[in-house]
Amino acid sequence: MLTYLLRRILYAVPILIGVNLLTFTLFFVVNTPDDMARMQLGIKRVTPEAIEKWKQQRGYDKPLLVNSAASGAGKITDTIFWQKSASMFAFDFGYSDDGRGIGREIVTRMGPSLAIALPTFLIGLVAYVSFALLMTLFRATALDIAGVALCVLLMSISGLFYIIGGQFVVSKLWHLVPISGYGGSGYDGGMNGFKFVVLPIAIGVVSGIGSSSRWYRTIFLEEIGKDYVRTARAKGLSELAVLFRHVLKNAMIPILTGVVVVIPLLFMGSLLTESFFGIPGLGSYTIDAINAQDFSVVRAMVFLGSVLYIAGLILTDISYTMVDPRVRLS
Amino acid sequence: MSFMPIILWSDALVFLLLASGVATVWYIRRREHLLLPWRRVAQSATAMVSLLVLSLFLLVGLLDTLHYRAALPKTNGGETVYSPEVLSVFDKLVEPLRLQTEKTYSAPFALTLYAKETMSDAQGNVLHDYPRLRYGGAHLADEAQHNGDVLKRTLLGALGGLLAGLLIALAGRRWLVQRSLPLRPMLITTLAIAALAGATACLASAYHVLGTDKVGQDVLYLALKSIRTGLIIGTVTTLVTLPLALLLGIAAGYLRGWVDDVIQYVYTVLSSIPSVLLIAAAVLMMQVTIDTHPHWFDTAASRADLRLVFLCLILGVTSWTGLCRLLRGETLKLRELEYIQAAQSFGVSSLRILTRHIMPNVMHIILIALVMDFSALVLAEAVLSYVGVGVDPSMISFGTMINAARLEMGREPMVWWALAAAFGFMLVLVLAANLFADAVRDAFDPRLNRTEGSA
Repeated sequence: MLTYLLRRILYAVPILIGVNLLTFTLFFVVNTPDDMARMQLGIKRVTPEAIEKWKQQRGYDKPLLVNSAASGAGKITDTIFWQKSASMFAFDFGYSDDGRGIGREIVTRMGPSLAIALPTFLIGLVAYVSFALLMTLFRATALDIAGVALCVLLMSISGLFYIIGGQFVVSKLWHLVPISGYGGSGYDGGMNGFKFVVLPIAIGVVSGIGSSSRWYRTIFLEEIGKDYVRTARAKGLSELAVLFRHVLKNAMIPILTGVVVVIPLLFMGSLLTESFFGIPGLGSYTIDAINAQDFSVVRAMVFLGSVLYIAGLILTDISYTMVDPRVRLS
Repeated sequence: MSFMPIILWSDALVFLLLASGVATVWYIRRREHLLLPWRRVAQSATAMVSLLVLSLFLLVGLLDTLHYRAALPKTNGGETVYSPEVLSVFDKLVEPLRLQTEKTYSAPFALTLYAKETMSDAQGNVLHDYPRLRYGGAHLADEAQHNGDVLKRTLLGALGGLLAGLLIALAGRRWLVQRSLPLRPMLITTLAIAALAGATACLASAYHVLGTDKVGQDVLYLALKSIRTGLIIGTVTTLVTLPLALLLGIAAGYLRGWVDDVIQYVYTVLSSIPSVLLIAAAVLMMQVTIDTHPHWFDTAASRADLRLVFLCLILGVTSWTGLCRLLRGETLKLRELEYIQAAQSFGVSSLRILTRHIMPNVMHIILIALVMDFSALVLAEAVLSYVGVGVDPSMISFGTMINAARLEMGREPMVWWALAAAFGFMLVLVLAANLFADAVRDAFDPRLNRTEGSA
């Protein structure tokens, strides 16, 4: 088990190097730092001095890969690639355009992101699986058909609509909860903080119900045609017992494949929800960076995202051994 | 010539798609075994109804793809100068909608602007009131006739539409019966669409049916124009996804060895980056390139268009990995089957085995994946435009419409019509696409048929 994990982590290194090379190519080779400086400072009426100053402030005034002017190890370390890209492996993300440390910002913003994403994930999982089980229980009846039709309808609605519509109805018409303000002056954690997160969580759960429930339903239906289910029924078990004790357990592997991998990514938060509700998490950090064209933040988030995704893949493998005793990691 | 035809990059790609679509249909028509699953699709009522709706969207999108630049009136007998504005045949067809712009917001069917303004009447008295619209309901002398006129136009339009629909239905009925297509649902849909279109056309000639936006543009026009953008994002992306996934997927599965390792490495790297972030990074970089090379583009439309094509390219590059993985797995399974081994022992070359024996047997996976992806891509466009990495802000799309309307959420009374129009059109398009995709999957997926048979 331990050697397996070690090997998986080692296997992740070339992938992360690939991600790093890709972002490096995107951000520094496709467009040189000069292009970026010109873009940030305005295309016209920009002096070479201003470009040099912009590059110097951000540490972009170095050669890309090899610094022939430097001596010794400096030939490699005193370059943009080493300072901006390779340093990410040590989780040193550098500074954003407004001069703040990106690493620090990420750590403080993870909390709010998790406060929304984790409950959404957990409640959503329970809700989707229960709804899917319900449809499976009433399979091939009018209830099932109506359920599937509802799912198709729900998944055809834009995610933006759920957020905008939810905010309008719940916050503006009914005045139940505030539209935004998480972490603001009215926010002091505890039960008071609850009202700031309940709407984003509810909207997050509802917006995923269509596609997820339908997906779980197909998984359950596939299981229900198998021989062990017939055996269980022949033993005289009730349909409910068959569903919960046998089908649900055996459907765990396909469910886990899709679910566990997103758990680490919960840290990244949701771009849309956070920006609409003004939650100071990583999602809104990313979207702000995109709008402000803060390249170093976007670069850092790309790297962080792929690290978390790979962590999710490893976690998925571990979770298989927990639900299926036949799976051995070696 | 009074106009100059313009083929933008995205137009060329649409024509390419259209040509390959026609070629595929022609190829399938003459092969009974390929036609069989399509017959199953044709028998499904939901599939055919959604196909009708989709083809309506497609028609608007295609008309909107034929671009031209109108000639400006000659000044001193010199060369013909063409307007810098790129228009489409669709623009020409609905010219009144495009040109009859108001000053700012107005509600659907409204006679007046949305906000009060200070103005002076004939006697020179200054008053603060809602000003009448320039075009919306301008033919009415008295505001009291408003409701009656709307009702009259709705009924007349719907009646006219119904008549036209009946003619179409009578003409198409024989054709439907011959092919044993679901007759009644399709006829009812045709009539409903015709009545709706007739009423809308009749009303739109005198009112802004869906209101106007901030700069006074007709929202109905904007929504109709958005269709092309959505369709292009949903379809042109496949031009990138398909070759990448197909070639790399079956190559990895069949050749194995180092080829498999390299291809697996590439798609693991690409899929390990959260797709929104990868798209954002790529679009930001593309924007830098476009902004630093303004001389590449002769019109604003070609600039926005290139960004759209790039967006499709980027979406394609980020979304081929899933299909590639599926195809690799299927090929791994197929290559162990006897008929492939027989071909190998006959000395058939790898290339020939891949094209003749493997590719036709993975086509159903490709088709299912492509029709399923379409609706996801249409929805993704709106989200990406909101994040700021979607289409060019000057390009009309569902995303830019929602984005502009969202900022007015706080207004009192609320400006809801632009949002409603964008979401409504998107819902109809995506719902029809989803229903059609489901029918295609049911007809083509051999595994699904088996489970249905046993359950």
